[in-house]
Amino acid sequence: MNEVTRLVEVRERVLKHNDVVARALRSRFAAAQVYTVSLVSSPGAGKTAFLEEVLRQLKPRHNVAALVGDLATDNDAARLARSGAPVRQITTGAVCHLEAEMVARALEGWDLASLDLLFIENVGNLVCPASFDLGENLRLVLLAVTEGEDKPLKYPSIFNTADVAVITKCDLAAAAEFDRARALANIHAVRPGMPVFELSARTGHGIDAWLSFLESRVATSAAIAGGRPSTPECQAG
Amino acid sequence: MHELSIALGILKIAAEQAEHLGAKRVVSVHLRLGPLSGVVKDALVFSYDLARAGTPLGDARLVVEESPLEGFCQVCQGPRPVVSCHELACASCGAPVGEITSGRELEIVALEIV
Repeated sequence: MNEVTRLVEVRERVLKHNDVVARALRSRFAAAQVYTVSLVSSPGAGKTAFLEEVLRQLKPRHNVAALVGDLATDNDAARLARSGAPVRQITTGAVCHLEAEMVARALEGWDLASLDLLFIENVGNLVCPASFDLGENLRLVLLAVTEGEDKPLKYPSIFNTADVAVITKCDLAAAAEFDRARALANIHAVRPGMPVFELSARTGHGIDAWLSFLESRVATSAAIAGGRPSTPECQAG
Repeated sequence: MHELSIALGILKIAAEQAEHLGAKRVVSVHLRLGPLSGVVKDALVFSYDLARAGTPLGDARLVVEESPLEGFCQVCQGPRPVVSCHELACASCGAPVGEITSGRELEIVALEIV
């Protein structure tokens, strides 16, 4: 063939569609003054147990709700609903991560303005969720003491896109021979300066410090938005 | 693995762009991919080659250009290469680098068309 080819510059992000939907979600959350936190971790790191405890403690003083993504079953939604908070399950089928569009769909018919805090539990997966913005204010990555201290080095993208890390199952640290200093060094090697909280959802150890951090973030966000001032009952206590 | 859905996304965007450009045929799709994009090059090329069959881009190769990992070093006060994805530190002075300026790319940069 004698066809002449030409190379034409086009600049288009492959995930542009997701980014557009995520941006729209972020605007909706801001307008409704809902602070949104997403949770990512490998399967079994303790996202649901952590979130159960967080919802239980926040419920008396905040309007909280949760979306939970899984490949199949609504077991996690049923567990989270025991807190009394509104919960919706997103069943992704074969899809190994949540996308902004799935979040938007799951929120249909929900009055966001009635909420202060929305948690989005992603599918247990340390690879794919890294690429998908969900419009959240804060992305939290969880790492269990039983997983090994080198997880951050094996999955740098997800740790690098997170805003805060939570080390879970600290009550098992001794049994798992968890090397705390090495875990912290590895987290900070792939995400310098990221705040890290160490806790146990089972014993409740460390939950207060995390909730104080979260509530101060919520208050700052509300103040920046020029919305409701942070009221005393919004402080950790 | 989400490389197949990424590959389908590439085909969709490339087909739209090709139509917009009035192309008769797409010879290759040029993609810029960063080491922190969360996408594995080999898995993506494999998925793309499966996904393109039977589409208008059936003959279009995927050419992947890997972008370097760079960040803004607060100590050197400038953009600097970063050691690796596993050590986000300035390659010049070793200080931790919190702000990545290159390495997250997942974008179509060019189409070779007829």
